[in-house]
Amino acid sequence: MFRHVSPELPGLAAAVAGCAPAHGHRPRLRRPFPEAEKTARGRATAPGGSGRGRLPGPPPGAAGSTAAAGRGGAGGAACRDGPYEGSPGRRLPLARPLTRRRSAAQHGSAMAAAAEEAAGGGGDSPSSALRRLRIISGHLRGSPRAPEREALSPSPCKAQGGSDGPASGSIPKKRQELLKWNGWGYNDSKFIFNKKGQAEFTGKRYRLGGMVLPTFKEWIEKTFGASLEHKTTSRASLNVNDVPPSIVNEEFLQDLKATKISYSQDAEDRVFRAHGHCLHEIFVLREGMFKRIPDLVVWPVCHEDVVKIVELACKHNLCIIPFGGGTSVSSALECPEEEKRTIVSLDTSQMNRILWIDEKNLTACVEAGIVGQDLEKQLAESGFCTGHEPDSMEFSSLGGWVATRASGMKKNIYGNIEDLVIHIKMVTPRGIVEKNCQVPRMSTGPDIHHFIMGSEGTLGVVTEVTIKIRPVPEYQKYGSVVFPNFERGVACLREVAKQRCAPASIRLVDNAQFQFGHALKPQVASIFTSFLDGLKKFYITKFKGFDPNVLCVATLLFEGDREKVLQHEKQVYDIATKFGGLAAGEDNGQRGYMLTFVIAYLRDLGLDYYVIGESFETSVPWDRVLDLCRNVKERIVRECKEKGVQFAPLSTCRVTQTYDAGACVYFYFAFNYRGISDPIHVYEQIERAAREEILANGGSLSHHHGVGKLRKRWMKESISDVGLGMLRSVKEYVDPNNIFGNKNLL
Amino acid sequence: MKCYTPVIYKGLSPCKPNAIKSAVLQSEQVQYVIKQLAKEMGESPDIIQEEAMEILDEMGHSMQLGAVRFFAFTLSKIFKQLFQRVCVNEEGMQRLQHAIQEHPVVLLPSHRSYVDFLMLSYLLYTYDLALPVIAAGIDFLGMKIVGELLRRAGAFFMRRSFGGNRLYWAVFAEYVKTMLRSGYAPIEFFLEGTRSRTAKTLTPKFGLLSIVMEPFFKREVFDTYLVPISISYERILEESLYAYELLGVPKPKESTSGLLKARRILSDNFGTIHIYVGQPVSLRTLASGRISRCPYNLVPRHLPQKPSEDIQEFVTDVAYKMELLQIENMVLSPWVLVAAVLLQNLPAMDFELLIEKTQWLKGLTQTFGGFVEWPDNLCAKKAVISGLTLHSNIARLVNGHVVLNDKGVEDGAVGEIVFKRALAILMCATYRNQLLNVFVRPSLVAVALQMTSSFRKEEVYSCFSFLRDVFSDEFIFFPGISLKDFEEGCFLLAKCDAIQTSQQEIYPTDKGSGIVSFLSAMFRPFVEGYQLIFRYLSKETKEAFTEKQFIPGVRNFVFQLLEKGNTQCYEALSSDMQKNALAALVQLGAAKKKKMSSGFTYNVNQEAVNKILDMFDARIPVQKPVAARL
Repeated sequence: MFRHVSPELPGLAAAVAGCAPAHGHRPRLRRPFPEAEKTARGRATAPGGSGRGRLPGPPPGAAGSTAAAGRGGAGGAACRDGPYEGSPGRRLPLARPLTRRRSAAQHGSAMAAAAEEAAGGGGDSPSSALRRLRIISGHLRGSPRAPEREALSPSPCKAQGGSDGPASGSIPKKRQELLKWNGWGYNDSKFIFNKKGQAEFTGKRYRLGGMVLPTFKEWIEKTFGASLEHKTTSRASLNVNDVPPSIVNEEFLQDLKATKISYSQDAEDRVFRAHGHCLHEIFVLREGMFKRIPDLVVWPVCHEDVVKIVELACKHNLCIIPFGGGTSVSSALECPEEEKRTIVSLDTSQMNRILWIDEKNLTACVEAGIVGQDLEKQLAESGFCTGHEPDSMEFSSLGGWVATRASGMKKNIYGNIEDLVIHIKMVTPRGIVEKNCQVPRMSTGPDIHHFIMGSEGTLGVVTEVTIKIRPVPEYQKYGSVVFPNFERGVACLREVAKQRCAPASIRLVDNAQFQFGHALKPQVASIFTSFLDGLKKFYITKFKGFDPNVLCVATLLFEGDREKVLQHEKQVYDIATKFGGLAAGEDNGQRGYMLTFVIAYLRDLGLDYYVIGESFETSVPWDRVLDLCRNVKERIVRECKEKGVQFAPLSTCRVTQTYDAGACVYFYFAFNYRGISDPIHVYEQIERAAREEILANGGSLSHHHGVGKLRKRWMKESISDVGLGMLRSVKEYVDPNNIFGNKNLL
Repeated sequence: MKCYTPVIYKGLSPCKPNAIKSAVLQSEQVQYVIKQLAKEMGESPDIIQEEAMEILDEMGHSMQLGAVRFFAFTLSKIFKQLFQRVCVNEEGMQRLQHAIQEHPVVLLPSHRSYVDFLMLSYLLYTYDLALPVIAAGIDFLGMKIVGELLRRAGAFFMRRSFGGNRLYWAVFAEYVKTMLRSGYAPIEFFLEGTRSRTAKTLTPKFGLLSIVMEPFFKREVFDTYLVPISISYERILEESLYAYELLGVPKPKESTSGLLKARRILSDNFGTIHIYVGQPVSLRTLASGRISRCPYNLVPRHLPQKPSEDIQEFVTDVAYKMELLQIENMVLSPWVLVAAVLLQNLPAMDFELLIEKTQWLKGLTQTFGGFVEWPDNLCAKKAVISGLTLHSNIARLVNGHVVLNDKGVEDGAVGEIVFKRALAILMCATYRNQLLNVFVRPSLVAVALQMTSSFRKEEVYSCFSFLRDVFSDEFIFFPGISLKDFEEGCFLLAKCDAIQTSQQEIYPTDKGSGIVSFLSAMFRPFVEGYQLIFRYLSKETKEAFTEKQFIPGVRNFVFQLLEKGNTQCYEALSSDMQKNALAALVQLGAAKKKKMSSGFTYNVNQEAVNKILDMFDARIPVQKPVAARL
């Protein structure tokens, strides 16, 4: 109990003593005692389980859905904020939601799983392996649509490449067994209102799991005018009869079978690869049906498989849409309605091995289908990390990051994807494109990597990526600073960027989001804590004169060796003090980061109560940050009013990344659509207006979500006619028959 | 004492006038120009900074509530002395109140008198609204005490011309923009730039307007509301002053003693003031889809940037739009109608006929969309009489006839008679002029009908279009929509049954001939006046001349004609018309304007002027504009 509370105390004490930032006052909690921390964490997150790594098997309740999943589309991965957990003072590098080392469901059959498990289940005791097998096979039996045709075909390349230990991807071919088919994230994790009408987050994967959020209901009612009595429900399951039939030419099927590559024409498999996570896509899943979906899903397991598939596609003139983690928020995965050819969804999720690690040069060669959390987990076993943590990293894939020019939360230390990538191998209709060496920099004309990064699946399939790795940092620390207003906060971030001393992550949330975060505060368990909370509030609002409806919060994450982190922390807090900032404790910081993953789940809850929402992002020069934030928020409010939205929307933003010359700004926007006949249309109009506003304020079309089909109409304006022509000519050369015909970008 | 707690802009960051001044001085914009100038002139930036400080001190306001209260108190006394009533549209005030809280607001009143901005500030104070900061001409500063008082009441001062002075421009623009951005107070200025001596809306000036629009273009504010305000006076305080000025008797310099001397007017009655606060217009709405955002995104916002062509065009359009809104909402008193009728029936007119005609004109004005205020459904006779009483200095009733009040005409030299007469006519015209912008479209169609003496639509349109070009400085036309104006004119004429139109032709109806001839008579002084002035220019000027040479020249020329009785067009003596006519020639390409060290000089192309004159006389067909669209 006390452990949970104390992190916030020193911040307060320090502030009282003269606004000195809180740092280094915490000997008790700051000890780098991994074991102690681990136990604390274990207690907080998975009471029934134990430390990860030594996890004997899935908690019984999680069953087949235990394997942590990930995605990120080769056809468009986006970066939603990911989960963070761990003890308050500290985040361990491995502290990922549910840490599953390996998934059994490699080949979709219980036998294959068993074989795999038996062969590679190094760390697991036989009994736990058996238990897992039982669970999985039970799960499969329960499923009416266990694919018959996907006979196990242990691919030869699997055997060749698997020199680095067993493959251990966590996304099964049947995605829906682990992940929601009509919403975000894991099946077992969601917000609900319990019998008392209090909000609660289910499941044990996240720190918030099982906790009651007493003020959340009030917040949702106050913010959206939503009421628990007015509920919409998604249909319970996919209606297979609505699904467009799979049209595949017989010759191609013959050829495909000959390759022994796993594939499926199952309706669910196809539908679940026909979309990303845009609001309209989820809405269609809940209430309608896509007009066009892939006709066939293939699961290559290695580079050679992809080469074969692309060759077949060229031979039979098919359309390939690469699919990674499926987290796209740019309509990138939607099938073009007018596409007459057979559409093959190329799911890279089974290409998920680390091929080798080069400790001398600090690089690792990884298959592109691996999802973020698996990559980090497996690298951590060797003591390394990539440090690339887009908010969607639980589900998004390496290939997807490359294909969308992804950005990670900790880019200040590790860089964005373009800084991380050393070598890319991509299969195109013209053949394979790659560089001849793995070097830090080349002067050989325009960098061909930059044709690939951001190509959004229009040129080919990224199969293997060599990426920079770093030793896992010794120490991590969260922090937060309260500012009297957003303006001061932005000024502080600007100064931090100017001095180039940004911590691994620094984010500034506006007041609305601060209140939002507050609403997600779990029930306080002791009078002492609530007393302290009250005292803090009193100090900040009364003594320091901060207006609770104006103040805003910056959340910080420091990383590195302990000495340097503490030093760095002091530097940043000193700057913050100059801008009127008050240190506000680690817990607030941590909750801020938690929000970023929670919010994706929250949308599903909102959908049940007539609230729809979405996030979007941009990058903007420093001098325009404030104006852009204000104007875009205002524009959203106005557009809602004009379009007949009856309650003022939630329109909020945060500055999520700092650069030398500007910042990345992230907006959340949600409204209650009761009384509107066509909410999705209204929603899209407003989103479009918001984008227009961003562009008019000197913001970019996208910082990391990509263009997809959603933002195509502004491409010409964004990169000029000639620029667009340059991209087109590359496309025409690489893919003259438009095999990669997802129609993104151009 | 009145409790004054004005509603303010929701995004206001409260600050003192001095804080604004230092913010302006330290702003990137001003600092940039200072550095530039320092580099160019090889002086130290400190000296230029000093200079900027001086400019700012000269210009800046220092609004103080005490001064405001003092002003309000005095003004209420004075206004009560001068005017019978002040009428204001309440719903307009409410809209304004709402707008002020939402967005930065720019007040754009019409400018007929010095009373304008005093009255407006007083009004806002009375309605508990934030007092505006006012861009006033610097000549006020010459008035001791009063200048300072104005400053404390929120006026800030701009030099009449500072085109060349980059520092002044930078400081001034930044000062205005800072106030706008911070939401400090509504900004008020006059689109017309100066008081209209003729009560006819002047063509807009764009400088200040583009300054206040810039923060929106650069998205430093979400939106800016422009509020057109129409202030009309039943009797204008400066009426005789203006008439003298138009006739070339110089305007007295503003001075406090002058103001004191003017106090005798306090005993006079100036009737009612009508203030119509128009619907606030959102600049964002106006700009949507019109402005390419690129130019503002690619250059740092603090760098001075020449506005692109489409921006300039947009500013022009907005300026005209605002003026047209002012015109639309301008209240017209019965006397305005009386003056219009009277001017067509000089020297004397039967009283009963005047009443009848006035009533008829009231109907016509309303058909054309004029906003006639006829007090309490007063019968026509009473309205005319009350008008005559109020304006006894202009006209009076003698033996059942209404005559112009040109005292002492009978005795005295011919020149003096002409002058006195001109004075009376120009004063009278001041009131008729308030009608003109409402009437101009149908009237020019009527004039064109008479000039072409053809019924073919095409020909009438080309003549209309020619007249519209010639009078583009005289009346307010939205740029570039000649055809639409023509159609509107035809529509209004058809609405009052004055004409019938077919696909190809336009006929005046029998019933409508009265209307057509009345309308063209209403604009005859302008047609004739321009012809006189053009004639002077085509004959009398051989070499380059300046405006200072031109005005007395043409005045003498007209004066002589009037003395000889060769013309009755007294209005051609108006320096306003003379300047407009010259500007029209420049625009039509018949004269060239050159900037010299001593000011502008003009060169007239005689041949071209003659050609225009011929067009007026309908001796040659007007060049055909693209009439195919008809």
